[in-house]
Amino acid sequence: MNMTLPKVRVPYLLLLPGFAFLFTFFILPIANLAQTSTQTPISGGDTGQYEQSFAFSNYVNAFLDNREQFARSFVYATLATIFALAIAYPLAYAIAFKAGKFKNILLVLVVAPFFTSFLLRTIAWKQILGEEGFVVPTLRSLHLMGQQTTITSTAVAVVAGMTYNFLPFMTLPLYASLERIDPRTIEAAGDLYANGLTTFRRVTVPLSLPGVVAGTLLTFIPAAGDYVNAAILGSPNTKMIGNVIESRYFKIVDYPTAAALSFTLMAAILILVTLYIRKAGTEELV
Amino acid sequence: MSTKIKDASIPTIPFKARLSRWFGRNLLRIYMIFGFTYLFIPVAYTFVFSFNDSGKSNLIWKGFTLSNWQNPCGAPQICNALGNSIKIGLLATIFSTILGTMIAFAIGRYQFKGRSSSNLLIFLPMATPEIVLGASLLSLFLVFKINPGFWPTVIAHVMFCISFVVVTVKARIASLDPRLEQAAMDLYANELETFRRVTLPLVAPGIAGAALLAFSLSFDDFIITNFNSGTLITFPKFVYVAAARGIPAQANVIGSSMFFLALAIVIAGQLVNRKKAR
Repeated sequence: MNMTLPKVRVPYLLLLPGFAFLFTFFILPIANLAQTSTQTPISGGDTGQYEQSFAFSNYVNAFLDNREQFARSFVYATLATIFALAIAYPLAYAIAFKAGKFKNILLVLVVAPFFTSFLLRTIAWKQILGEEGFVVPTLRSLHLMGQQTTITSTAVAVVAGMTYNFLPFMTLPLYASLERIDPRTIEAAGDLYANGLTTFRRVTVPLSLPGVVAGTLLTFIPAAGDYVNAAILGSPNTKMIGNVIESRYFKIVDYPTAAALSFTLMAAILILVTLYIRKAGTEELV
Repeated sequence: MSTKIKDASIPTIPFKARLSRWFGRNLLRIYMIFGFTYLFIPVAYTFVFSFNDSGKSNLIWKGFTLSNWQNPCGAPQICNALGNSIKIGLLATIFSTILGTMIAFAIGRYQFKGRSSSNLLIFLPMATPEIVLGASLLSLFLVFKINPGFWPTVIAHVMFCISFVVVTVKARIASLDPRLEQAAMDLYANELETFRRVTLPLVAPGIAGAALLAFSLSFDDFIITNFNSGTLITFPKFVYVAAARGIPAQANVIGSSMFFLALAIVIAGQLVNRKKAR
């Protein structure tokens, strides 16, 4: 009888240190961020000094001033997610079904580029696709590209950079769900006279849906908040909301606007994610 | 003999089926080659340009040299930055692996009130963009008059690594065969012994994988670090700041070494696993 009481407590004791940590350094900062977002400058104070005045107009102003960057973030992130899915799905499919004994090695190779710092890789793309790289002069000499056209400093470069950088986040969950498919279900479809394409469309794709949902989320969320790709591969015309938040924090010391923008971004993402998970109907994620 | 039979049977297979067969057999293979080439182009570029006799700005190929590899600390600040990244990475890995593994055991092994909200709390940091995590934590530190620097960065890294550790270890726990533990209990091992001699060794590869993941997330993090490190330089920060002027080739040396080191660790881990499986 004595054993039952402490047993009930075991999971809570295991959770306690980690959750105390997450509460202090994740929940509390978010709450504090909400608090900062409605502050206004102290009249006559220095730059960077703010007081609480429940100015919810901060949100309206922050959003209206940066509509364009918000829209851009969501469009770029959506495009990068779609491209990453298009590239990663066949790759994950090939590794799961066609790689045989090379499966593990290929899987390691998908993750391997990750270990070269992602900044170095992004800068490498910038130099490969830049004016002094070999791609642009070659395309120009073949007259496939105008003399004035560039690849870097464009939206194309930013989306391509994000697609590249988040590709493993897409490939791994896709692989995990494809790998779990019982090959007998695919055989069964063949036995029922479904051809390869029908089997793929009606059996493989639906069964891999949890991986698609996890992969698109793991790509879309960091892409929507990213500012590094836009900073390295883009131009002032490709600024995303992340770039605005960063410069509000460090260059302008406008904490309330940065906080309001962060909060709006987080809320928008959470709403989209919730709707998406509902629509996709998977609960396996959490 | 067998080829003859195959030849004879081909005309009976409709063209569409043959096409889709060819599609399945070859296109995917070609696609794989393209996919991996795409993944490795910047890695190869980084490696090749680590041998560039470039001086300060590593933009154009100027000639082959080994001097960058012989003297990786040649660029000012670079090894200081690397050292900071390794220290932060190790501390963040240790703390996040311990805290995350405990949470994973609680969620993966027990039914208790608040289990689904626990899952939610683990999912939330992963669903929050890095810039929001970084900015909000910095605001908190500023409120408590804590200057950004080494320890705030460690704390930030532990915070975002925990969820990834939990997810990785939980997956390993879920794949365990519960009969192994029951067998240990049947053999009169008490709970603690069962945990120490059966459960823990079985979950260990998952914990090792989680630790490796945590270290690589921490080592490569730029956005959250940029918010919470103040004047402290980490390797990604060094690269980002140097990028404006063209990064020194020594950064390519360090990036490439990390790549080969990680590859070696992962492959060694696979080999150990395979040996154990036999």
